Amino acid sequence: MTVTKEAPPAAPVTELKVRKASTRKRLVPYWLLLPGILWLVVFFALPLVYQASTSVQTGSLEKGFEVTWHFQTYWDALKDYYPQFIRSLLYAGTATLLCLLLGYPLAYLIAFKAGRWRNVVLVLVIAPFFTSFLIRTLAWKTILADGGAVVDVLNTLHILDVTSWLGWTESNRVLATPMAVVCGLTYNFLPFMILPLYTSLERIDGRLHEAAGDLYATPATTFRKVTFPLSMPGVVSGTLLTFIPASGDYVNAELLGSTDTKMVGSVIQTQFLRVLDYPTAAALSFILMAVVLIMVTVYIRRSGTEDLV
Amino acid sequence: MTQQQTEGGDVRLTGISKTYGSFKAVKPLDLTVPQGSFFALLGASGCGKTTTLRMIAGLEEATTGTISLGGRDITDLPPYKRPVNTVFQSYALFPHLDITENVAFGLRRRGIKSVKKQVDDMLELVQLGDFAKRKPHQLSGGQQQRVAVARALINHPQVLLLDEPLGALDLKLRRQMQLELKRIQTEVGITFIHVTHDQEEAMTMADTVAVMNGGRVEQLGAPADLYENPKTTFVANFLGTSNLIEGEIVSAGTDIVVAAGGGKLRLPTERCSAPTANGGKLLLGVRPEKISLAHADDADAIADGRNRVTGRIVDSSFIGVSTQYVVESPAGKALQVYEQNVERRAGLRAGAEVVLHWNPAHTFGLDAAQDIDAGVETVEDAA
Repeated sequence: MTVTKEAPPAAPVTELKVRKASTRKRLVPYWLLLPGILWLVVFFALPLVYQASTSVQTGSLEKGFEVTWHFQTYWDALKDYYPQFIRSLLYAGTATLLCLLLGYPLAYLIAFKAGRWRNVVLVLVIAPFFTSFLIRTLAWKTILADGGAVVDVLNTLHILDVTSWLGWTESNRVLATPMAVVCGLTYNFLPFMILPLYTSLERIDGRLHEAAGDLYATPATTFRKVTFPLSMPGVVSGTLLTFIPASGDYVNAELLGSTDTKMVGSVIQTQFLRVLDYPTAAALSFILMAVVLIMVTVYIRRSGTEDLV
Repeated sequence: MTQQQTEGGDVRLTGISKTYGSFKAVKPLDLTVPQGSFFALLGASGCGKTTTLRMIAGLEEATTGTISLGGRDITDLPPYKRPVNTVFQSYALFPHLDITENVAFGLRRRGIKSVKKQVDDMLELVQLGDFAKRKPHQLSGGQQQRVAVARALINHPQVLLLDEPLGALDLKLRRQMQLELKRIQTEVGITFIHVTHDQEEAMTMADTVAVMNGGRVEQLGAPADLYENPKTTFVANFLGTSNLIEGEIVSAGTDIVVAAGGGKLRLPTERCSAPTANGGKLLLGVRPEKISLAHADDADAIADGRNRVTGRIVDSSFIGVSTQYVVESPAGKALQVYEQNVERRAGLRAGAEVVLHWNPAHTFGLDAAQDIDAGVETVEDAA
C-alpha cells in the first residue's frame, strides 16, 4: 500500500534523470571534438585569418603595415614569381609520378608477395623517418656531389649527356640541377606514397584475383581490370600526400638546387624571413593554397573513387 | 545418366593428389564426373573436397596426377585457359563493378563486344533483372549468390564448380537456393561439381555424391544408394544417423545370422560389405527410421521373422512430425529410433521397457575392423 502511494511522485524524478542522461549522451560527440577544434582554431584558422589580412596590407617594416585592401599584391606576386609557381608544380608533379612508379611495385610486393617479411619491409619503408629530414637531404648532397660515384657512373653510361640535352642536368653536374631537386623530393616523399598504396592493396580480397583468373583474365588483365581499380583510393591519397607537401617544399630546392631551380616555397620563405615583405609572402602562400586546392578538387572529382573509400 | 556418359565431356581425375609440406590434403584419387551430371563432393571441413575443386579450377596445382576434360589434358593449363568457371564460397564479386559488368566480365575477357543481350538473359534466369545497375554491396547475400552463379554460367563453361556457395546463407534461403540451383542445372544442362559439408544439401541436389574423408573418397554413388548401402562406418554415420551394433557371425547363407546383445539378428548377404566367415566380427547397421518400437508387454504382437532387440528408453524428444527415442540395450548403449507421430503412444516414455524390431532386409553389414564412431562428431559440428 505505502509503495503505491509513494510511486507517483518518484516517477518525474526518474524521468528528469533519464532526460539529463540523454542530453549528456547527445553532447558526448561535441566534447570529443572540442580538443581538435580548439587546436585547429588556434593553430590553423587564426593564423590563416591573420595571413589573409597581412596579404592585403601595405606599408614597410619601419612605418608599419596596415590593411588597405591592396589586392594588387596578389597580381604582382603572380607576375613576378610565376616561373617559380610553374616550376613547383612541375617538380612536385614529376616527383609524385616517380613516387607512384617506384612505390606501386613495392607496395604490391609488400601486400601480396612479402609473406612473413611483410612487417620487416614495412619497417624498412618507415626507417628513414628515424633520421631528420634535413640530414637525409644533406646526405643526398654528398651522394650527388660532383665527382662522386653517382655522377661518375651516369657520366660513363652517357646518361648525363641525355639528361643535359633534356635540360634536367647541366654538363657534368647533377647537383644544383632540376634532376637533383626532383630526386630529393621523390626520395623524401616516397614513404607517403607507399603506405596508403599498401593499405589499399592489402585490403583487396585475394579471392578477387582468383575470380578474375577463373573468368579468363590473364594476370596482366587482372591487374588492369581488378587490382588497379580497387587500389585507386590508395593511388589518390598517396599522390595527394606526395604532391601537396612537395609543391610547397623548399628544403630540397634550397639544398640540392640552385637559383635556377627555386620553387615557390623558397620564395615564400625568403620573402618572409629575409626580404621581410610580409604582404607578398602571404599573398604567395594564398595563391599556392588556392592552386593546390583547385587541382586536388579536380583530381578527386575525376578519379571517381568516392564510393570505394 | 548413362546416355550422357557417351558424349565425352567427362571430367576425369587420375591419381590426383595435393601435398602441402608434409600434410597430404588430398591423397591420390581417381574420379570421373559424367558430363551433364550434378555431382557433389561431400565431407567435413579439411577433408580435401575444396582442394580437389580448386585443382579442377586450376587455382591449386596438383602435386601428382592428371586432370582431363572431355579427353583433353588440362592439368597444366592456367585457370584463365580452362573451360570451367567457379562460384566462390564468398562469391568474390568485383566491388568496383556493377552487376552487369560483374556478369559480363568473362565475356569481355574473351573479346565479346555485344554483351547486353546475354547479360540481360542471364540476369533474367537468376531473376535479378532489376538489379543490373546496382553494385554488389547493395545486394543481399542471396542475391549476391545468384549474381555469382550468373557470372559463372554466362560463359557456358563445360563444368561449373561450386565451392560451398550456400554456406553463408541462412537455412530457409539455403533450401530455396538449393532448388533454384537444381532448376538452373536442369535448364542449362552443364556439369555441376558442388562442394559442401551439408549432407542434406548434397542429397537433395546431386545425382551422384562422393563422400570424402581424410583426403580420400570413401564412397561414391547416388544419394539413395549411399544412404541405404553405406560401405564404411564413416559414410553410415556422416550421412544421416546409423545404429551400429557389433556382433559375431553365427551362420551365413542367403541371410547372415549374427549374435549380438544376447539375441540373434539377420541381414541379407548382399547387403554386407564385410567378409562373412563364421565366427568373424561384423557391424550391423540399421537406420533409426526403419525401426519400430513396441512396449515390452506387447512384444507378442510383433510379427515373426523381424529382427528384435530389447531395451529401455532413456530419452525421448518430440520434434513435431516424429519422436526421437534413445534406447539403451545390451546391443548398444544409445540406439536411435525415429517414430512418425501417427498415433499418440502414451506408454513410450523414458524408463519404459521396449522391444525394437525391424525388417531384416533393412539391415546392412559393415567390416568390424573400422572405427565405429567415424563420422559421428563431424556431423554434429556441421549441424
